[in-house]
Amino acid sequence: MNSEVPIAAYLILGAILFSIGVGAFLIKRNIISIFMSIELMLNAVNLTFVAFAHHWHAVYPVAGASGQIFVFFVMVVAAAEAAVGLAIIIAIFRTRKTLNVDQINLMHN
Amino acid sequence: MQLALFIIFAALAIAGALNLLLQKHPINSALSLVVVMLSLAVLYWSLGAEFLAAAQVIVYSGAIMVLFVFVIMLLNAGEEEHTTGSRAAYFAGIPGALAVFCLLSFVFLRESKAFGSVQLSTAPVGAMSNIAEISQVLFTKLLLPFEVTSILILVAILGAVVLARKEERE
Repeated sequence: MNSEVPIAAYLILGAILFSIGVGAFLIKRNIISIFMSIELMLNAVNLTFVAFAHHWHAVYPVAGASGQIFVFFVMVVAAAEAAVGLAIIIAIFRTRKTLNVDQINLMHN
Repeated sequence: MQLALFIIFAALAIAGALNLLLQKHPINSALSLVVVMLSLAVLYWSLGAEFLAAAQVIVYSGAIMVLFVFVIMLLNAGEEEHTTGSRAAYFAGIPGALAVFCLLSFVFLRESKAFGSVQLSTAPVGAMSNIAEISQVLFTKLLLPFEVTSILILVAILGAVVLARKEERE
């Protein structure tokens, strides 16, 4: 039973998720949905990192874990970014009373 | 086994991502993003990254998405209304996203011979576990970046508290 999956399939899945994230980022009008599509793009890139880490692990066993460590740092930064970004969204909602990005186009009132 | 796992969870991830794009209400988008993140965790595990699979479930679908759902419910976000500004985004956004996808998949397919393939039981017997391997690099060679990220998290917590605080009226 030949049930191998080529690495390229994982990479193309990452590309599909990234493009859906780009499309959602441009089409969505709600600021929270836009923030969620940024998270989707980060996840797609993480999948690409893990796939490449698996590829290089077979070639260089010691250095192969670096891709996974990179994903670990991306997760840490994404957690920090989500906390600050959602705080900014709360602050914007408090002053503007809206979440629609078309109505949030001035730096100050 | 590997192929079936990949097909099921890749389809689940793409369906979740499309649902995120198509749903009007942010809470539905958030819940479909949870589906995407959980299926990505299974794919990480099938690529031999057990630690990242666990971290994905705990950090992303556990902590970050709970924060998102919390903020959506706190702000009482309703369905998004479409305004004239989004008309241009349809004409520019969909071809742009398709162009990114075509470019990436062209490069990946052209180089796909060089990448090889994945099987569930490719790890040799007696090889170090993935977690031991990662922690060995993380706590020796990359100790300083690891400690710097803790300061980054601290600054982010303080920043979030300061930004979300109610302003005092004078």
